Amino acid sequence: MSNFWGWFISIITVINIAGCLWLIRWTSKKAPGEEDTTGHVWDGDLKELNNPLPRWWLWTFYLTIAFAVIYLVIFPGMGKFGGTSGWTQVGQYDQEVQAAEAKYGELFARMAATDIETLAMDENALRAGRNLFVNNCAMCHGSDGRGARSFPNLTDSEWMYGGDPSTIELSIMMGRNGVMPAWGPALGADGVAQVTEHVLELNGREHDATLAAAGTEKFAMFCAACHGPQGKGNQALGAPDLTNDIWLHSGSREGIAQTISGGLNNRMPAQGEILGEDRVRVLAAYVYSLSLGGERGTNTE
Amino acid sequence: MAHAHEVVEKNVGLLGVLVAIAISFGGLVEIVPLFFSADINQPSPGVTPYSALALEGRDIYLREGCYGCHSQMIRPFRAETERYGHYSLAGESVYDHPFQFGSKRTGPDLARVGGRYSDEWHRIHLMNPRDVVPESNMPRYSWLADSTIDPEKTVGKLRAMQTLGVPYSDEDIAAASAQVEGKTELQALIAYLQGLGTAVRGAR
Repeated sequence: MSNFWGWFISIITVINIAGCLWLIRWTSKKAPGEEDTTGHVWDGDLKELNNPLPRWWLWTFYLTIAFAVIYLVIFPGMGKFGGTSGWTQVGQYDQEVQAAEAKYGELFARMAATDIETLAMDENALRAGRNLFVNNCAMCHGSDGRGARSFPNLTDSEWMYGGDPSTIELSIMMGRNGVMPAWGPALGADGVAQVTEHVLELNGREHDATLAAAGTEKFAMFCAACHGPQGKGNQALGAPDLTNDIWLHSGSREGIAQTISGGLNNRMPAQGEILGEDRVRVLAAYVYSLSLGGERGTNTE
Repeated sequence: MAHAHEVVEKNVGLLGVLVAIAISFGGLVEIVPLFFSADINQPSPGVTPYSALALEGRDIYLREGCYGCHSQMIRPFRAETERYGHYSLAGESVYDHPFQFGSKRTGPDLARVGGRYSDEWHRIHLMNPRDVVPESNMPRYSWLADSTIDPEKTVGKLRAMQTLGVPYSDEDIAAASAQVEGKTELQALIAYLQGLGTAVRGAR
């Protein structure tokens, strides 16, 4: 705030308060020679008196003015003058955050000093982890961690990038971005249909044997680099196993064809910057506990 | 004169003028100085004007009345910053005409929703929120996927913003139509949402 606006605010504020004071005094007293009645007369003898405000009422007005003056001395309000108390909105916020950080930060730091396998057995850490999970992860992975279409289930043993504690922690910390290119232009409609049948064959489902045979070579050329020659996937790349019953996107014939021709770009946002290392570790422990087999992770309430 | 204040009480016009003066004190002191404060009218570091696509998305945000249920104003309370991220800064809204602070949270605050979820999540969520958040009571906005942006109108929208002081260059405006060509309203809205509050990162 510049000096000009500081003074602008201060002067108008002072004029305003002084004006209120003057207005109250002006209207509360009778001017010399002012009459006792307003001059209105009803029914011959009923007169309206011209009395000043009741004393107690008048004093509440004076009290509000006194309050304003005291407030402006203690708190910011008079232009650049910050008040004798030094109070600021951001200062109060920072205090609130520091107080909470002193209390919870230490708690999380103590938990984060433990390794994830041990934390996953600790009731308190799991309870804290569950709260973090519900607030930050449940929108995609579901409040029970079972995921939804396009969002992985965290409670089973199938992992896109690996389910060991440090990999889970890394996934939460840095996020993940799984990109499958669109193969439609390269394969053409026939090629997509052939590869689709081959994927169904790998998956052990009903398929068109002729088309699948034609798709084998194309699969080796286009898909095996990430999904492996047997379609077993590759956790280093986040390429899913195509031979089991778990389908992150769609496992139907149409869905698989759609994925092959259009590609995918699936992203998990990084949480490290938002939550910080300590909380991410506690969260990783909770997620790890979910995969350890049902009961442990979900029954911490 | 019999009573000094009779003048005011018996002249409605004068009373009106005096009331206007009395009320203007508040505005003069609390609002007018902000128009000239650099904290308020200069962009925070990293805040850039909306891309043409995001600006179209913003218009859809307004058209669908998203502000009726979502605020874009994180207040400096720990309870809010724990959930949503760093409190909102005035300099983050300088290119918003009008700003979308809102005053009602039926849904969560969106001031820093950018990057919190993937584009795919937003697509699924806008098509049918209950596919990803079973307890959500947000309506579905599936028609956004079927209607495309009219690129002819985009240039005019950027011009209007330029008139209001948003620093779009003439090249930005010339390239605007091509940027939104063939895009659906859903894509535009997601582009807008994914940019919200991303200039101020981290700090929680």
